[in-house]
Amino acid sequence: MATTSGRRSAKLLQRIATLTPRLKPRPAVAACDWNPKSLQFWRCLHHGGDGVLLVPDVGRERKTSGSRQLASEGGRLPSSSASGGLRFATSAALPAVGAKVAKAEEMIEVSVDGQSVQIPKGMTVLQACELVGVSIPRFCYHSRLSIAGNCRMCLVEVEKTPKPVASCAMPALPGMKIKTDTPLCKKAREGVMEFLLLNHPLDCPICDQGGECDLQDQSMVFGSDRGRFTETKRTVLDKNLGPLVKTIMTRCIQCTRCVRFAKEIAGVEDLGVLGRGGSEEIGTYVENLMTSELSGNVIDVCPVGALTSKPYAFTARSWELKSTESIDVTDAVGSNIRVDSRGPEVMRILPRLHEEVNEEWISDKARFSYDGLKRQRLSEPMIRRPDGRLEAVSWHDALEAVAEAAHQVKPEEMAGIAGKLSDAESMMALKDFLNKMGCERIWSEGDGKSANVDMRSSFLLNTGIASLEYADLCLLVGTQLRWEAPLVNARLRKAVRSSRAKVASIGPPTDLNYPHQHLGTGTETLIRIAEGRHPFCAEFGRAERPAVIVGSGLLEHSDKSAVMAAVEMIVKHGNAVRDDWNGFNTILLNAAQAGARDLGLVQGARAGNKEIKFLYLLGADELTPADIPADSFVVYQGHHGDRSAYRADVILPGTVYTEKEGTYENTEGLTQQTSPAVPTVGDSRDDWKIIRALSEIAGVRLPYDTANGLRARMLAVSPNLLRIDDLEPPSDFSFTLKNQFPSTVALSSFPKAVENFYMTDSITRASRTMAQCTAAFFGKRE
Amino acid sequence: MRSWRLASRAVAVYRATQTTGSALRPLPSTVLPSQIQNQDGVCRPMSTALLMHRDKPGNSVKDDWDFSPENTERVKEILSNYPKNYKQSASIPLLDLAQQQHGGWIPVQAMNRIAQIIGVAPIRVYEVATFYSMFNRQPVGKYHLMVCGTTPCMLCGSREIEDALLKHLGVTRGEVTKDGLFSVGEMECMGCCVNAPMIVVADYSKGSEGYSYNYYEDLTPKRVVELVQELRQGKTPKWGTQNPKRINCGPEGGNTTLLTTPKPPVCRDLDAC
Repeated sequence: MATTSGRRSAKLLQRIATLTPRLKPRPAVAACDWNPKSLQFWRCLHHGGDGVLLVPDVGRERKTSGSRQLASEGGRLPSSSASGGLRFATSAALPAVGAKVAKAEEMIEVSVDGQSVQIPKGMTVLQACELVGVSIPRFCYHSRLSIAGNCRMCLVEVEKTPKPVASCAMPALPGMKIKTDTPLCKKAREGVMEFLLLNHPLDCPICDQGGECDLQDQSMVFGSDRGRFTETKRTVLDKNLGPLVKTIMTRCIQCTRCVRFAKEIAGVEDLGVLGRGGSEEIGTYVENLMTSELSGNVIDVCPVGALTSKPYAFTARSWELKSTESIDVTDAVGSNIRVDSRGPEVMRILPRLHEEVNEEWISDKARFSYDGLKRQRLSEPMIRRPDGRLEAVSWHDALEAVAEAAHQVKPEEMAGIAGKLSDAESMMALKDFLNKMGCERIWSEGDGKSANVDMRSSFLLNTGIASLEYADLCLLVGTQLRWEAPLVNARLRKAVRSSRAKVASIGPPTDLNYPHQHLGTGTETLIRIAEGRHPFCAEFGRAERPAVIVGSGLLEHSDKSAVMAAVEMIVKHGNAVRDDWNGFNTILLNAAQAGARDLGLVQGARAGNKEIKFLYLLGADELTPADIPADSFVVYQGHHGDRSAYRADVILPGTVYTEKEGTYENTEGLTQQTSPAVPTVGDSRDDWKIIRALSEIAGVRLPYDTANGLRARMLAVSPNLLRIDDLEPPSDFSFTLKNQFPSTVALSSFPKAVENFYMTDSITRASRTMAQCTAAFFGKRE
Repeated sequence: MRSWRLASRAVAVYRATQTTGSALRPLPSTVLPSQIQNQDGVCRPMSTALLMHRDKPGNSVKDDWDFSPENTERVKEILSNYPKNYKQSASIPLLDLAQQQHGGWIPVQAMNRIAQIIGVAPIRVYEVATFYSMFNRQPVGKYHLMVCGTTPCMLCGSREIEDALLKHLGVTRGEVTKDGLFSVGEMECMGCCVNAPMIVVADYSKGSEGYSYNYYEDLTPKRVVELVQELRQGKTPKWGTQNPKRINCGPEGGNTTLLTTPKPPVCRDLDAC
């Protein structure tokens, strides 16, 4: 079950969407949490004709030795209920700290429209209806936010109650007879709808939400064809929330989803409900930009057109767009996204539900950097002429020039660097090509030249993104988690909020959006903890499920081995790695990083240390001029005219992630694939095909002609890269620890890995929206 | 668009022009007094522009604001009424104290200071301050006169009372007189319907120590002007009913009912059980 959970969830969601009259093609939410305060999420499935099957969605059963054992503690398999009722299958549920575990005796029976259903105690009426497949209209209720109960759209009739009840806020009680299709219900919904539309402007034709608007859809289904309101509609002043979120506050229906999102998920308490009654409005009171890395999600959360995307404004209508399911590559989290395109143009990017990775949120960088896909693109192969000008040439000429240059230098003088955004296919081809040329000097950007790839567990987020919720103490070492991996940070915030996990950090002081303890800035503090001379040690030792997250900024640290030794010592003393819990984590920065390590993109034994004369850059843009010897021949294969293109002698135009099918492995080791949403630009080609063509011209023909052939080669090197959406558990963790701590470590502060969250790679640097964000939120322009 | 909708729209537009035409016409009670004029003095009856702070002299996020030493003691006392982990419960009493100390209104920095004291985000305090119409976020006079505009008072002539006040003081609703002494606002039912019409005088002239909040009931346009004159002379008129023939809320000329102790309700004889 677990191995295909991600895929299955997508399929099931589709199925649910077809079965229930879900009104909006959003990445929301058939999942419903029966206890809103617990971490337990139950996915509700319609199961055949005979009832409902519940599959709990927590604690992915993984192949790690430990998690299965842990899962079995919480998992219970309640027996099937009485005939005619509904069945449950709770095979794996990892209990959160303080979370209730559903026990068979805590099940209650209610009836929804005459159909009886067994539900766990504590579920709301709305969730009970959802289980039976009865969809209740709602605006303010959102399964991932706290319950507000203020829109009143979800009114249902409950037998023996005098009035309709708000189902989202009403706990289901034993024996409740819920009716959702009675005249009373219809009348109640129609009345509520009329009230909601009183002050709502009739501007659907010019509203960006038009066509995918909850209010529009639900008023079609539940509303009346006329209202009785003849007064003037009110107007509300628009708020300035920054360059990403456009506000048309007159359209707001005061559901307060955005307020709750900002407070609960994003952790920036800027938004609030101001005023009351007819003049109630959402606002910030003082002029305040929404400075959150997750702010774009309020656009999805907003059920009407009050909060819309500023960059997307007036560019497309939802029904013109083609949606392609894909993966985000702007960080190493691998958020699932939906690329909406019209013709050859990416119009917008939305999140896609993946409970184990990004839930239904994505970072602003993932959502809004798409305009960078259209700027600064390399569209033709180019060769630098002796006068320093780049000249467009044919593919054959460009490849021949590269092959010739490669053959003029010794293999030890060659080197290849894979960039941040490289897919596994092209990295595999690059490695094979250079190896065939006799070169073993290959590495991936951000790894440093001595990456440790022997053990996968040494560079992955071993705990897993979703399981981080269960940590009760987390030590961040040299990472600004909020900027390096916003969605991992959101998980940690969830743990802090729901189970009062404690977080401590060592490194540059950073603005985490939850309470945390800043222990120190560098190696000194780390070593004090490792040697047991710090009060934090006792706390770490007491924790049940402690976790350490090491930032990848430290992977290039001069004292890397000493720092890692100290971290391992802490992990060992805190018993953070044991059979049922692996709390040793590294957070990677780049989408390519994990895949590169699995493919072995590290310097081989014969790499040597000679001066580089031939440098092959596969989209590597983070090099400074000092890194590239002046007389070397530089090949830049990439999609953007970014930093390295200025130095290149030959430019080979490649593709961006929205144009190709590329395999990426995220920071927890989950393999996922992007899908081509738009055609390639100009004369550019798939990256692996370029290298394959080059190999032929260079006389070292790579033995694969198709993507499948290349993947067969990948299968031989790293089989997990072919198991899409399947988490390959890291190999057993073993400490390389010596008993003695190296005493020769220099005391230094940890570096910042991300200077500017909004501009980290060639796509985001080309994006105008990201430049606006930089100006607005960092007060400087790059 | 259907014809009926066009028609209703036309009616709405017609009514809107009628409403905006006369400045003194009472507004729907959902509109708070402070919202009548926006920053630029332009009348926008259904706008809520003032639920937003804009920096100006005397009310800027750059100002310093803190409770006075005496009031700091009272803050401690107020906080001691609530459990330590529910300090945010003190937001309303603290806003009230800040308003008394600051001459009848709460600048944005006072709200920020309160947020700091009770350990919440400032927006949570703004929410409370904007919700309650008794918290003023714009300067008011030393005597803030609030006219009850709810149905019983309105039927007994509260509009005439308000007109008399505004005419006497030469201000519009929400405006402060040039000498800074008076401002007129509207408020909802204060529960004095039996003595309608009534106004409330919030006296901020003596700081939070001598702060008073008095009801003046059974008013006539003439009497309310006299009240203002007495206040201007520094007197404190006797609060309560202004009809000399009435005692508190009793009827004019003495009681007509309930002259003897009423009989207890009929009840079965419990001793017999």
